[in-house]
Order: sequence, then structure tokens, then C-alpha cells
Amino acid sequence: MSFVKLTASAIAIAAVSATAASARDQVQVAGSSTVLPYASIVAEAFGENFDFPTPVVESGGSSAGLKRFCEGVGENTIDVANASRAIKSSEIEACAAAGVTDIIEVRIGYDGIVFASQLNGPAFTAFEPADIFNALGAKVLKDGELVDNTYAQWSEFNADLPAADIMAFIPGTKHGTREVFEEKVMMAGCEATGAMEAMIASGMSEDDAEDACMAVRTDGKSVDIDGDYTETLASIDANPNGIGVFGLAFYENNTDKLKTATMSGVEATTDSIASGDYPVSRPLYFYVKKAHIGVIPGLKEYAEFFISDDMAGPDGPLSEYGLVSDPELAATQAGVSAEDTMQ
Amino acid sequence: MSDFTADNGPAKGDAKSSLFHETTRTKRRNAAEARFKAYGIAAIATGLFFLVALLVAILGNGLPAFKQTFVTIPVELTEAKLDKNGNRNPEDLAKVSTFGYKPVVTDALVAALKAESIEIPFAKEKDVEDILSASVAAQVRDTVLANPELIGETVDFRLLASSRVDGYFKGRVTREALARDKNLDAEHLDIADAMVAAGLMKTTFNADFIFGADASESRPEQAGIGVSMVGSLFMMIVVLALALPIGVAASIYLEEFAPQNKWTDLIEVNISNLAAVPSIVFGILGLAVFIQIAHLPQSAPLVGGLVLTLMTLPTIIISTRASLKAVPPSIRDAALGVGASKMQSVFHHVLPLAMPGILTGTIIGLAQALGETAPLLLIGMVGFIASNMPDGIASGFIDPNSAMPAQIYEWAKRADPAYYERAWGGIIILLVFLMTMNIIAVLLRRRFERRW
Repeated sequence: MSFVKLTASAIAIAAVSATAASARDQVQVAGSSTVLPYASIVAEAFGENFDFPTPVVESGGSSAGLKRFCEGVGENTIDVANASRAIKSSEIEACAAAGVTDIIEVRIGYDGIVFASQLNGPAFTAFEPADIFNALGAKVLKDGELVDNTYAQWSEFNADLPAADIMAFIPGTKHGTREVFEEKVMMAGCEATGAMEAMIASGMSEDDAEDACMAVRTDGKSVDIDGDYTETLASIDANPNGIGVFGLAFYENNTDKLKTATMSGVEATTDSIASGDYPVSRPLYFYVKKAHIGVIPGLKEYAEFFISDDMAGPDGPLSEYGLVSDPELAATQAGVSAEDTMQ
Repeated sequence: MSDFTADNGPAKGDAKSSLFHETTRTKRRNAAEARFKAYGIAAIATGLFFLVALLVAILGNGLPAFKQTFVTIPVELTEAKLDKNGNRNPEDLAKVSTFGYKPVVTDALVAALKAESIEIPFAKEKDVEDILSASVAAQVRDTVLANPELIGETVDFRLLASSRVDGYFKGRVTREALARDKNLDAEHLDIADAMVAAGLMKTTFNADFIFGADASESRPEQAGIGVSMVGSLFMMIVVLALALPIGVAASIYLEEFAPQNKWTDLIEVNISNLAAVPSIVFGILGLAVFIQIAHLPQSAPLVGGLVLTLMTLPTIIISTRASLKAVPPSIRDAALGVGASKMQSVFHHVLPLAMPGILTGTIIGLAQALGETAPLLLIGMVGFIASNMPDGIASGFIDPNSAMPAQIYEWAKRADPAYYERAWGGIIILLVFLMTMNIIAVLLRRRFERRW
């Protein structure tokens, strides 16, 4: 092992790295782990059908992806950010501050969120948002009074539910899913139980009451899962009484271990979510940097291919995997081909 | 000597103290020793038990990943569908996408089932396509694009079966479980059984798992660890090319040339501290320094290698210094005595004698780096990354790629249970690499190490 050889190779590597910044030929995507499966399916089919290399898709969460998206314009920033929620105005400002001004927003479809438990566990088959709020809210209405949540079993507030210990595994705050959970389940439950009114009556401002509604109890009966759905699945596996929050697609891949509960009497299926009957669903997005179109080869083609009828249509592979197809897909397609940016 | 002790031992029959009659104190001491030995054996047995349990779990879960179910059927490549103009123009051929090829393959499967008179119990014959992997259309398309002269002929293809059919033959999927699964029906399994009986379907060794690229969430049957293996290889090249020369140069200077003072003491303490820094810290450092300040590309094995170099350096410096210290001073004195310069004595005499130790330390450092995942999370090497085989040396260093442990982590968190099996299979391959490296290190030490 001569030092000359080693030094030579070290210099060669340095030379390679110096030229590295000059060209990137594949699209780079990062963001929501909910969108990752769909993006990987599209990326793979894109690589097969086009002369461009297969795009690279990283996960890490909606917020992390948008943060990287807003780092600036240039070849070592990502081209596309996947998100399981719409971009926030604070994020648009951060983007603009870093020079990312023209952003194309693309809605790819809808995703249902289901409450699932062990297949052979207690019969959690029908939930109302009020049940979830009573089980997990930090402060609940008990006998007309607003008190700290001390419920230990589901049957204590709803006799139709099994007498099983309350144990829930919900997505951590870095997940876009958490926001949907808070807004469509906790808020709805808060209003339905009358806790919201009681809070406002007790002198809270409306904003404070909303925050209080979305607060989750901290005595260990509700566990934040910061990892992926596989971690939630493992927790449910180990805990017969556990209720977990999953994406519909993940549940459909693991029907041998899990069962879902209906929400407000509606079963979660792609049809009930598309029609809007199932209450807990949210749109999925990706965001494209317009400044990179024409610079990164294949970027526009990737965006167009993602929402083409072949991929995102009702019979496409994405819907087969669990995505709920967007009824207004045609408008989105037109928007992408015209490169319409957000205002 | 033994005769002497025997002759002068306590005389036989001495009731008060005899080696043959243990006093209570001797008994206690002997019992304590026996207990200690038992603890030691228990400790080793516990360790062995966990090792065996681990190996059984890894092999039991991972070995099925090396086998895959394939369907062999003749596919009629109809000209009307694949080349409407009939001119075999590559551009026209490429316009037919995988969505155009899918019905061709489905028709072929239906025809093959009918030829074997296997009943199709579906209202729509098209529904049998769920038996096949989603990858088959691309496989047929690639073959046709590479050999346009095949259009119009009927060609035998060996196609992947879908992951659930494959899981059925591996015992992972049962008919009862499929009752609630919308990806596949129990009837598909009846057809699969009939296809095996007719010789159309077979579970065999799958080399693509070792050499192939990663696949998307919807087709675990196609995923392989090959591309991320190449990513790991390029990272190890970077680590070896940087950590070995820098580490050895630093150790030689510190050990042979540096004066003993406060500054060298400080450096030594810090090198030891560096060895104990958690690897995730190096990942954040790599993100900040190499990607955000130096503007190196994201997800590149080059950056991964640089980060792992930082992690491996202290290991190499510490082991190199230990092996330099082990060379006796008399060697240096003799070299200096016959008129060699300090540098000559080091490079001609000390370093060659320390080389086996240095190499052993380097290989163990590399093995550590090979199994490291945490820093790679932060520089973008986890996700659906390892999909393109690099097409050259430079591309291997700078194009996005994953690494073996990162790929295993990625597989373990995907939704489809078939990916879980692949994660275990990936662990087997990674362990084979680690064991080979450690065995080489042990052999080097046995073969070349000298003791004085």
C-alpha cells in the first residue's frame, strides 16, 4: 500500500467532487412519508417509460421536506417537496426569503386516515369523533363540568364501546397526519361533546378554546409515534387494547393483522372518501420549484406523469395502492402543463 | 520442584491440617471459586443463547428472500399493439408505454391458463393479472425495445409472480388472510396451485435480490440490494482512501516525532473523545459542512464516505498508535545507531513491522463504517434512492445512491409485509460482508503479527 497511490486516489476524488456541482440529471424529491409510496411508484414507472433516470425520493416528513425545499434555488437543493398537508404561509415566506418564489402546487388525490386495532383484539368497530375526544382530550366535559381527563376505559363514556383500557398511538407532531387528526377528529369531537362551548363559556377566547380542544392528554394513555406506520403497527402488535392511526393504504397492506373502525358510521374505503362521506381524509400535495423546470431534465415530465390519468386516475396504480383519486384531476393536469404558480 | 513440595507437605494422618481433609475455610474458598466459574459459564451461555437466537431469527426470516416465485409463459408480441406503424422505428416503439404492454402480458397469461385448461373463476378474465407482478410489463417492454425483431413472434418469458402469490408459497400468506385483502383473492391461489402443477410456476433462487435495484412500494418482489451494495462499496473506497493515509500520518507524527507537551496531550485526549462521539453527530456535521457549505451533491456516496471517514479516523489512529508502540525501541535504536535518519528508521523499520496491526485496525474500522446507518439518514441516503446502477466511476461517487444498512432500514419501514422479509435477507448479506472483513482482519493478525 504505497502512499503515492493513496494520495493520488485522494486527489482524484477531490477532482471528482470539484466537478460534482456542475450537473445533476435526475429529479430529487423529498418530504412526506405518506406520499413516499405513491412517489416511489410514479418514479419507478417514470424511469421505465422515459429516457430520464429514475427520480430519487427521500422521506422524512412534510415539514422537513418543505424546509429543504425552501433552502433555495440551485442544483443541490431538491426540486419537488411531497406534503400530506398544504404549504403554510410561514413556509411560503421562508421560501421567498431564500429566493424560491415560483412554486407550483399539485394536488395528487386524497388519503383516508383510519383508526385500526388488532384483528383479534377488543371489538373497536364504530367510533364517533366524540369518542376519540373523550378518550384522548386533555380536558373533557364530565357531568357538565370541564375536568382533566381521567377516563381509563372506553366504556366509561360510551356503553357501546368495549370495556378495554384506553391506549392510543397517534402520529407525532412532525407528521402532517397529526394536523388532520387534530382538526377533523379532536375538534369535531370537542364540538360534539359540548366541551368547546363550555370552554368558551368559562371565559376562554375562541383561539384558546381551539388549542385546548386539540391538546392531547399527557398521562401516558396517548402515545406520540414519531416514526412511520410500521412503528405504530409494532406498538399495536404488542398491545391488544391499542388503537392506532394509519393511512388507508398502509391498512390495506396489513389487513391480516389489523381491523378498522367506522367513523360516524361510515367505513373507510376509496369510494366513501372520494364522495366525502368518510370524514377523516386529507388532500396530498407535491410542490415543484418552477425555477428548476428546464434546468433539471425531466422535472416537468415527472410532474405531468404523476397526475396523468394513467397513474393518478381512478384505475391507475396509485389508486390501486390506496390513493383516492381526485375528481378534479383534469384541472390539476391543465394547471401543471401551464406551469401555474401559487399566488 | 514437585518432588520437593510433595516431600515437604503436611504429613499423612495429621488430623489438624491435611490437604485431604478440607477445613471449613478451604471449603468456603473452593466453593467461592466454583461459584465464580459457574457465573462465568452462565455468562458465556447467556451470550451464546442470544447469538443463536439472533442467528435463528435472521436466517429463518431472511432466507426466504433469496427465493422468488416465477411464472414462465409464452407471450405473443402482437404487432398491432406494439408497433402500429409496422416500421420497427425505435422512437415509435418507445411511445408504447408499460400501460400498453400490460394487456399483452395479461392476454398471454389468460391464453396460457386456457391452454392448460385451468379454470378462471372470475367474471372478468383480466382479473387473473393480479397473479403477476406489476413489473412484468416493463420487463417485456425492455426486451422488445432491445430486440425489435421479436415483434410478431411468441416468446417465452420468465416473469415475477406478485408478492402475495410468492408469500403464499413461502407460508407468509394464507387463504383466510386474503379474505380481507383487496390485492388478491383466494381464487388466485387456486389458480397458482394449478399453475405449479402444470409447471408454469416455480419458486427458485433469485439472483436479482443480490444484484438488483430497489423497487417501489407496490412491487416488493422486484427489489434487490445490488445497487445499494455498490453505494456501500464506493463509500468504503472514499473511507479507505482518506482515513488510512490521514490516520497513519497523524499517528506516526504523534508517536514518533511530536514533542511531549501540553498541546500533544490535548490532541491525544481529543482523539480519544472523538472515538466516543455518537455517529449521528457526524451526520449533522456532514450535512452542515459538506452539503450546505461545500455544496456537494445530496445523497451521494462521496458525501457518505466523507462523513464515515470522520467516524473511522479515530479508530484507525488509535489502533495505529498502539501497533507503533508495540514495536520495541531497540529496533529504532539499532536503525539510528547504524546512521539512519529518524524518518528512515520509521519508514524502513518501524512502519513495516507495525503494518499488520495497522491493517487490522483499518479493516475493523471499515467494517464499523459499513454497518453505520445513523449519519446516512441526515445526508439523504434513505428513501427510494437505489434505483439506478451507476454508469461509471464518477457517477458511482456523485450520483444519488443508498448504502446496505440504509436500504435495510428503508425496507423495514415499508408497508408491505413482503419488504419485511427482504429486510432480513439484506441483513444476511450485510452480515456476510462484515464477517468476511473480520475474518480477514483475524487472519492478517495471526499470519503477520510479531511478538517480542
